[in-house]
Amino acid sequence: MPAPPAIKVERLVKLYKKVPAVDGISFSIAPGSITGLLGGNGAGKTTTISMIMGLLVPTSGRVTVLGADMPQQRYRVLQRMNFESPYVEMPMRLTIRQNLRVFGMLYGVPNLHDRIEELGEALDLTELLDRPTGKLSAGQKTRVSLAKALINSPDLLLLDEPTASLDPDTADWVRARLERYCRDRHATMLLASHNMAEVERLCERVIFMKRGRIEDDDTPPRLLARYGRRTLEEVFLDVSRGRDEAREAAQ
Amino acid sequence: MSTVNSTHVRTENAFAFSPRRVAAMILRYWYLLRSSWPRLVELVYWPTMQMITWGFIQYYVMQNASFFARAGGTLIGAVLLWDILFRGQLGFSISFLEEMWSRNIGNLMMSPLRPFEFIISLMIMSLIRLSLGVIPVTVLALLFFGFNLYGLGFALAAFFVNLMLTSWAVGIFVSGLVIRNGLGAENFAWSIMFLFMPLTCVYYPVTTLPVWLQPVAWLLPPTYVFEGMRELLIHQNFRADLMLDALALNAVFFAAGVFGFLKLLQSARRHGSLIQTGE
Repeated sequence: MPAPPAIKVERLVKLYKKVPAVDGISFSIAPGSITGLLGGNGAGKTTTISMIMGLLVPTSGRVTVLGADMPQQRYRVLQRMNFESPYVEMPMRLTIRQNLRVFGMLYGVPNLHDRIEELGEALDLTELLDRPTGKLSAGQKTRVSLAKALINSPDLLLLDEPTASLDPDTADWVRARLERYCRDRHATMLLASHNMAEVERLCERVIFMKRGRIEDDDTPPRLLARYGRRTLEEVFLDVSRGRDEAREAAQ
Repeated sequence: MSTVNSTHVRTENAFAFSPRRVAAMILRYWYLLRSSWPRLVELVYWPTMQMITWGFIQYYVMQNASFFARAGGTLIGAVLLWDILFRGQLGFSISFLEEMWSRNIGNLMMSPLRPFEFIISLMIMSLIRLSLGVIPVTVLALLFFGFNLYGLGFALAAFFVNLMLTSWAVGIFVSGLVIRNGLGAENFAWSIMFLFMPLTCVYYPVTTLPVWLQPVAWLLPPTYVFEGMRELLIHQNFRADLMLDALALNAVFFAAGVFGFLKLLQSARRHGSLIQTGE
């Protein structure tokens, strides 16, 4: 029997004053997989992820995460999930260690001291652990957010633009660590991103969203073959603009 | 990065209470206070200024009016009790606002922290902030004006409990307003208690109000506390009945505050305010 999906989204709708931000989408995500949620600005990615996290109540439809209905049963599974998003920050006056201690306590992490040291080492933060979070560079802050997202060793990791504002080298470094984490722990990752290189590198499956709907959903090689393109960026443009318009723009 | 075993993870229901999570939040605010001397100074600054100003006014009036000579301490007592009410609410609201200002509220709402654990941690922080701000001022009141707030004994405990309950009820409701409407509603946190000031008769008896307004005043728990304080200081009579009435009203206020907070939080989850926590 196949394992139950880590995330199951059924006919999900979110209306803001009758305007659909998410318009009847359905998909399932297998445990241990890495899936990319792609789409232009306003495509509905963040809204979808927010509903999966239980931060936003759907207008209709159903979201099940690790077997729990969201948001009604979210407290059954919040300890097994975590997230990173550009819409939230860590308290800036607190040091990295203090922030991680607070979140570690909130998530009930055992051997918290050791876990903080371990994350410090893994994310190259050891030297910075006692520095206020507000005094870090953008790249260092992203690594701290990532440390917070991994503090409870989540089975499900939701990431919204995890490498935005990072230089290519740091972004690549972060991707490598995320990839290793998911592989070693058999954790599930859903990633919303505009960065096609990131998606190509990490994701075994890509869901394209446009105007609140799913436009396409497949593995990167099959998407490339279907659209007759060499990169996901070209596929992204095809999906965003419509294939013909994208071809004209390319010419 | 991957060595922690997930077997430690327990699934919990929405009503599971965790002292550890409350302690985590208190630790978070304590770290913040400890790291910021302007925050610490602000805790003491206004209560001290207010006490000194009103203390001198009372000193002057006592020398010139026989009533106030008899009713020694009513003004400065009112100032200190008002400060407990105002600072109690502000201590609650500011700790909450810190989460909005730092854009951390999404992290908390996505964590296993329950809303009532969050509320309890904010209540404990308001007590800590109040202690840091008001206890030194009560010592100054004793040194400068010979007014010993602690001389009120058991009555002080009754006044304190009632004022804190009102301040928390208001703080909880205001937090709900901010979580639903964003930082545009922040001003309520600073100003809403001043609505209470004329109606709860901090500095004058309820009979001073127009007759039609007096029933409104008696709907507010702090009115009973300030009347009780005047009764005690002027006639040396502790009115337990007033404190019990205040307690009953506070139960209603507190329940209404929590209910309002939960409804506004629910509404924020519907409208996406937890993701966009700006203005």
